[in-house]
Amino acid sequence: MMWRAGLQALLSHWKRSPLQLAMLLLGLSLATALWSGVQAVNAQARASYDRAAATLGRDRLDQLVAADGNVFSQEVFVDLRRAGWLVSPVLEGDARFGTTRIHLIGIDPLTLPAEAQQVELSSNDDLISFMTPPGVMIVSEATAARLSGLDTPPLRISKDVPADTAIVDISAAQRLLGKPEQVSRLIVAPEQPLSQTPLADVAGTLVRKAPDGEGDLARLTDSFHLNLTAFGMLAFVVGLFIVYSAIGLAFEQRRPVFRTLRSLGFSAKALTGLLLAELLFFALVAGVAGVVLGYGIASLLLPDVAATLRGLYGADVPGVLSLRPSWWAAGVGIAVGGTLVSAAQSLWRVWHMPLLAPAQPRAWARASESALRIQALAALGLFGLTAALAHWGSGLVVGFSVLAAMLMGAALALPVLLAILLSLMQKQARGPLSFWFWADSRQQLPGLSLSLMALLLALAANVGVGTMVSSFRLTFTGWLDQRLAAELYITARTEDEAARLRTWLNPRVEAVLPIWNTEGDVRGQPAQIYGVANHATYRNNWPLLQSVPDVWDRVASGNSAIINEQLYRRDGLKLGDTLTLPGGWQTQIAGIYSDYGNPLAQVMVGVDALSQHYPEVSRLRYGVRLNPAKVPALREDLGRDFDLPPQNMVDQAAIKQTSLDIFEKTFAVTAVLNVLTLGVAGVAMFASLMTLSGMRLPQVAPLWAMGLTRRSLVWLELARTMVLAVLTMVAALPVGIGLAWVLLAIVNVEAFGWRLPMHLFPADWARLGGLSVLAALFAALIPLRRLARLAPTDLLKVFANER
Amino acid sequence: MNVRRILLSLVLMLYAPVAMAQGFAGLGTAAEGFAVPKPGTVFQFPADHGAHPDYRIEWWYLTANLTGSDGKPYGVQWTLFRSALKPGETDPQIWMGHAALTAQVQHFVAERLARGGIGQAGVSTGVKTQPFLAWIDDWAMTSTVTDNTADTLSKLSLSASGKDFRYDLKLDAKGPIVLQGQGGYSVKSAAGQASNYYSQPFYTVEGTLTLPQGPVSVTGQAWLDREWSSQPLAENQTGWDWFSLHMDSGEKLMGFRLRDGGEGYTSATWIAADGTPTPLPPGALKVTPLNTAKVGERTIPVEWRVDVPSRNFSITTKALNTQSWMATSFPYWEGPINFTGSHSGRGYLEMTGYR
Repeated sequence: MMWRAGLQALLSHWKRSPLQLAMLLLGLSLATALWSGVQAVNAQARASYDRAAATLGRDRLDQLVAADGNVFSQEVFVDLRRAGWLVSPVLEGDARFGTTRIHLIGIDPLTLPAEAQQVELSSNDDLISFMTPPGVMIVSEATAARLSGLDTPPLRISKDVPADTAIVDISAAQRLLGKPEQVSRLIVAPEQPLSQTPLADVAGTLVRKAPDGEGDLARLTDSFHLNLTAFGMLAFVVGLFIVYSAIGLAFEQRRPVFRTLRSLGFSAKALTGLLLAELLFFALVAGVAGVVLGYGIASLLLPDVAATLRGLYGADVPGVLSLRPSWWAAGVGIAVGGTLVSAAQSLWRVWHMPLLAPAQPRAWARASESALRIQALAALGLFGLTAALAHWGSGLVVGFSVLAAMLMGAALALPVLLAILLSLMQKQARGPLSFWFWADSRQQLPGLSLSLMALLLALAANVGVGTMVSSFRLTFTGWLDQRLAAELYITARTEDEAARLRTWLNPRVEAVLPIWNTEGDVRGQPAQIYGVANHATYRNNWPLLQSVPDVWDRVASGNSAIINEQLYRRDGLKLGDTLTLPGGWQTQIAGIYSDYGNPLAQVMVGVDALSQHYPEVSRLRYGVRLNPAKVPALREDLGRDFDLPPQNMVDQAAIKQTSLDIFEKTFAVTAVLNVLTLGVAGVAMFASLMTLSGMRLPQVAPLWAMGLTRRSLVWLELARTMVLAVLTMVAALPVGIGLAWVLLAIVNVEAFGWRLPMHLFPADWARLGGLSVLAALFAALIPLRRLARLAPTDLLKVFANER
Repeated sequence: MNVRRILLSLVLMLYAPVAMAQGFAGLGTAAEGFAVPKPGTVFQFPADHGAHPDYRIEWWYLTANLTGSDGKPYGVQWTLFRSALKPGETDPQIWMGHAALTAQVQHFVAERLARGGIGQAGVSTGVKTQPFLAWIDDWAMTSTVTDNTADTLSKLSLSASGKDFRYDLKLDAKGPIVLQGQGGYSVKSAAGQASNYYSQPFYTVEGTLTLPQGPVSVTGQAWLDREWSSQPLAENQTGWDWFSLHMDSGEKLMGFRLRDGGEGYTSATWIAADGTPTPLPPGALKVTPLNTAKVGERTIPVEWRVDVPSRNFSITTKALNTQSWMATSFPYWEGPINFTGSHSGRGYLEMTGYR
């Protein structure tokens, strides 16, 4: 009976202030939603990387590969089998069907260990047609749709095959890739016979590679997901600010109730227990709502994320979200955890509250003022840490730690700075009213500081990310102009057609530039090796970051190479270093060029040297230089004379557009998260102002009694809110610029391998400042309306009240 | 893995319970374009020791009854199967190896698969320095004959290995090659399905077995079966019980029963100690299960009475190891046996199609 009465007394508070309840639930569910939404996107992507990494048991089984990373003769496979090695050959490579590029994985179903089995061949006929010409390509449904109508071997659909990939018999792969009797690697079965000849005696050119649990995709995209996680975390922290202030307020306002309950015989334990139960209930409700909302956010983000991952890394992530049960647990868990963290201080106070303690908000506020000193020290410490990490640390995690330390330091420093500013203003003030204005603002600061911190974080993130994205866009667009110098890019369908195209084009255009490339391992990582023609196009345009004086002559001579920034930064190379290319070809590094948007290492060598060292290199792609006005006519002629499909002739503008689209998509996710974070900060501000307006009656009533109209009181309140919002915005600027610097100079370098120059965009800041003032205005609107409509009797009541 | 199951069913198509569409279509249909055994064919050796890619399936099937230096009995099986995926093309052919080593309480099995044409497995004959070689991976049956006039299979070395066993044996034939059925034409059903079939049952053996507990040197006798064909079993045939028996008297008996739910179809060849074969008419051989053993979930007859009344032959067989289960992708029972009764000796028993 007593429990029920106690619970009723506690809950009645929410009935009287439904808005506060709404704030609490909203804050909590928003925080949970952003967090779990981002986690969902990450989980979805990771699951698909794991699938890719698990292709043919690569994550579980050892592999034998050639030391130089190249394909090798299947005789090596036979020799190993006959020496007692249970290995199974795989030949991988990209094949073109029409204009569609498909990654072929050729397997030997007879020797493939059960652990590496990818697709089921469930009948005699399946196996016979798979192994005998023309073979069967096992593909996903989407890939089958892309290939329909093209000249391919018969297709079979399996859901276990990654997108744009086909599993074929190794003999078919050798045929389709033009690599007769070649294999790219051998899978080592987990169970080997009792005796076998040592590997070195049979196949000295092969090395044994341990299983790769992570896979290339997971490694490449790590940084991208860390980025998302950091944003999710930021949003969650901002959301917790709301929860913290809502809970703090609710407890503060219920002090009289607590006191009464305790006086009536409730033990501190029982009271805390009841409050805890109440909070847990809210956390559960908000957690579930948050997960549902998070699902919505994730479904919204996923198509863009999937497009980015495909465009940037070639990773195949389904654009449709699959619901995982683990989310519900994680989402609700984080909501409960967040609530408990936010409520810990308040609960502790209730637990230790003296039985007859008076309700004393002012004293609490004073205590907060003294806490400012500690806060200032903590902020200084964090800034010190930021500087130290930025100076001595390295790695992506350190990059994000720098961000976290800087943002937290800035958030903690904000109330300190504002307090100092306000007391300075107070000293400058003339006349009692302005003196009161500044003094009262200071008095309000502790109550508002949390939401101001949230606002600061959101604004700084906005400034920082905005600056980073805009700097990137500016650099990227300029770089595209340099890099895509040729007016038209042509892909032939066969080597024979390529040869005819060259002859046909030569008299008609200014230059035909081969874009021939091969792939292989360079310094232990997958790399692209491009051949570059000795032509002014490159000398004049190619975006070199560093180079030796006669770089292009050296490249053309065949004894030097230029490498992309990613390879240069990742491996700490410098000009003049010797680089070993697949097959043992030694070259010197003569230049470094920027290569945005490419996750892989890239090397450029003279085209003659390329075809000399790699005679099998594909000679299908060309850049064509000509008067831009003649491009449409040339396209038409090519279509007529060669029946070349339009997809095989792409003009510069189209490529630029595609690149920019990928770029925009990459940052679309960031932008959405940014807006959401700002929204959460707005809600936090609103919650705080709502709270304060309720508490402020005792402060405002005497002024009203002294003759100020309610109208001028409202104006004063509004002015205060605006002053604080503008000050916060001003404080956010340097923090945001710092953030942008960390993103550009540390995080991007670690994550993508390139460093970008920073550009500043004051116009954007002005717009953001306007937005934040507007947000503050909206946040202040309801509390002010309430003040404006306050009945004089309510103001009078203050004097009749216990206080 | 399903692929293996399919392959085995391909290889065993002739005798396995695979319901084939053509059923009893038999001889005239030329088995979907593959060559078909014909009565009256005279084998040409050593060429016929090699592969017959025109036929759908073929095997080199060797079993050995051995005694170790530790006094214990052992059994060894070495089998290479060939199966053609399509008629008319020499490749792709699929090769499959089964190896087993049986002791009283242990039974080790290994299985290998390979495609033909790349050198991973095959059978080569007629090379001067290497007159006969059948191999898959590191397993090999190699002719060690140096004398031009001798049959190339008369001296062999044999090896195979698995995760936990290995064997290396030398074989020496003390008798001639034996043609089964009518001059090598062995009928498999009342409807006339048949195979080409000959044996070399007169090997003496010596060599080494490597077991988890260490090497054991062994001696004993071995039996090689060579068979090739293209036609499947009749639709109602569900499996078989196959005996190869070395009698202490030096005589041999090959006999099998193809089960069809009723009487079954039995066939046998009585081989005199000098190698002279006498094909027995269908039904002359009677086999009766006496006792069963549980092998996993299956109930397998491991004790048999084998009667050939016309030869006053009546024996009871006992398995050396009742758990001689070939846990390959298409599992069957195959292991060494002893027999007593009117005659005594040892041999091998193979049983398929028990559930």
